[in-house]
Amino acid sequence: MEKELVVPTMAECLAKGEVPEILFWVGCAGSFDDRAKIITKAIVRILTKAEVKFAVLGTEESCTGDPAKRAGNEFLFQMQAMTNIQLLNGYEVKKIVTGCPHCFNTLKNEYPELGGNFEVIHHTQLIQQLLDSGRIKVEGGNFSGKKITFHDPCYLGRGNDVYEAPRALLGKLDAALVEMKRSRANGLCCGAGGAQMFKEAEKDNKEVNIERTEEALELQPQVIATGCPFCMTMLRDGVKLKEQDQATEVLDVAELIAKAADL
Amino acid sequence: MNWIDNLIFCVLLAGGIYWFARNAQKIRRNILLGRALDISDNLNERWKLMAKVAIGQSKMVVRPVAGILHIFVYLGFIIINIEVLEIIIDGIFGTHRIFAFMGYFYYLLIASFEFLALLVILGCAIFLIRRYVLKLKRFMNKELEGWPRNDAAIILTTEIVLMSAFLIMNAADGVMMSYGKLSGGILLPEFAEAATKIFGEQSQAGKGLYFPVSAYLTGFLPSNPIALHYIERVCWWFHILGIIAFLNYIPYSKHFHILLAFPTVFYSNLKPKGKFSNLESVTNEVKLMLDPSAVPPVSDAPPAKFGAKDVPDLSWKQLMDAYSCTECGRCTSNCPANQTGKLLSPRKIMMDTRDRMEELGKGIDKNGVNYSDSKALVGDYITAEELWACTTCNACTESCPINIDPLSIIIDLRRYLVMEQSDAPAALNAMFTNIENNGAPWQFSPADRLNWKNE
Repeated sequence: MEKELVVPTMAECLAKGEVPEILFWVGCAGSFDDRAKIITKAIVRILTKAEVKFAVLGTEESCTGDPAKRAGNEFLFQMQAMTNIQLLNGYEVKKIVTGCPHCFNTLKNEYPELGGNFEVIHHTQLIQQLLDSGRIKVEGGNFSGKKITFHDPCYLGRGNDVYEAPRALLGKLDAALVEMKRSRANGLCCGAGGAQMFKEAEKDNKEVNIERTEEALELQPQVIATGCPFCMTMLRDGVKLKEQDQATEVLDVAELIAKAADL
Repeated sequence: MNWIDNLIFCVLLAGGIYWFARNAQKIRRNILLGRALDISDNLNERWKLMAKVAIGQSKMVVRPVAGILHIFVYLGFIIINIEVLEIIIDGIFGTHRIFAFMGYFYYLLIASFEFLALLVILGCAIFLIRRYVLKLKRFMNKELEGWPRNDAAIILTTEIVLMSAFLIMNAADGVMMSYGKLSGGILLPEFAEAATKIFGEQSQAGKGLYFPVSAYLTGFLPSNPIALHYIERVCWWFHILGIIAFLNYIPYSKHFHILLAFPTVFYSNLKPKGKFSNLESVTNEVKLMLDPSAVPPVSDAPPAKFGAKDVPDLSWKQLMDAYSCTECGRCTSNCPANQTGKLLSPRKIMMDTRDRMEELGKGIDKNGVNYSDSKALVGDYITAEELWACTTCNACTESCPINIDPLSIIIDLRRYLVMEQSDAPAALNAMFTNIENNGAPWQFSPADRLNWKNE
């Protein structure tokens, strides 16, 4: 039986006079996409296990405006940003962890100019901190000896130079970490960024996610790990299309850690 | 009558420099057609970055073969300039190898010029082979058809020819100077004098020591001193006139990167690559919308366009990027859209921006500063299909050896399409509507945002 998750909202905390350590920015995918919701819950379990005093915005959360900005709709982006900043500043939020590299990038880099100054980290960075400080412990048991490859999300890797945190987490799993030909700064996009997620691809001879999935599958990994709900969708679609979903799972790093820690 | 040579040389040199400066000034004017943008922050970091990336070629060697060959040509270009300086002084004053007074250091210089010249020839030859025999994929893209492909061939061939002239000149000079030493300069006393100066009265060293590469060419030269003299003179003139001509070719060519690569890297984007620029013109509007009591900033300037339709709407830095691009195509070969057969090529974005600037510049030359035509960068050069293929993954900016930023141009053009033309793909308009109405790119109710907790 799954334990019921305790997920306090900022409004509840405020009513109780509590100040959470960190705001968990769930993101639209983490809130609404069925596959991404599982990742969200894994992150919550890790935060709970580590006794992190966190809260979410719940129904008050709204899109950061990332897809609007990448698509060129600066108006809509700034409307979203300023409304969100008002809300966050109202709650006197200081520190934010996001479940998505796009929210991470936008909150961290594009909100300060509009008056939103927060310390923003990606969930892989937070989990690494929790492991390093001993607030959670992981035994590699479940994944011991398994072949795992990590797909760098563009807005985590190239966009913000976070290459090590997710790999450090995978390193804790006692698994065989193998790199794709194109990894880290040279990593290949999954095809979803720049608002491509929400439109049909332009005329081409191949989808980007197929190109990337083929590269990952060449390694015959048991797990393709990533840290982005959109990469997750693209790679899962790719693996399914290649009929490899029995042999290869696509998992978020948070899910791997949660499973390894029996959460 | 020797001074006539010197006079001709001085006139050609001055004319060459004047014409180059005139064309470089036009490029500067074209770049300044762009929007003002203040990039004066973090100067220390900028100097370090320029030392590492531009002078140190650190991003070139990410691809080792092209990177190392390029370093040969680059070092050759920089160091052989010392030799060009000597040639210019010799040319103006009618001297012969004026730097020879430096003694052994001069031999060292000459020897290094010779090795570098050989490496430049080797590098350029391999570059030609990669482009025209092996036909590497990134040199075969459509945007290189016609002039860009010829431009590359002209540059590489010219460099080979110039360096060959330099080596043949040294070979002929070497033979003559050794004659001078052996025969006491019976035929050409000025060479005897020079030879004594260079080789030393008692020196037993053969010519090979000082011309370690061109010494191997002497076997192909005639032994007649008069013929040698003419070969040396012809090569000397060919080499220096070739350099003056090449200098004047550069402003018409992608080869202008040899100058602009340095400022382009200096003014690189130092922020995280994921951060896109903030449009202040939009900020003012949005503030007014969210807070009706806000006072709009007073300004006499006409309201700025949202995004970029044409090159004057881009910043001077984006325009300088376009003139710095040498069309190597690393951006395009790493672009996920291009790899999967889509129309987008980041290199083409840069080339189009430059070509459009050139077109506007020519119009201004003819018709004055207020010239405008009915064309624009969006539509006439870059199509919406190209712009909408971008995943904003930053592979292009990462792979550019001089930190050119095609992505910022793509986004500014998208901004124009969306905010000025309302011309986004229908699916994106639906996404915008969803964000506006329910705070998510999909059609879900905000009231359901926390439902995952209990599922």
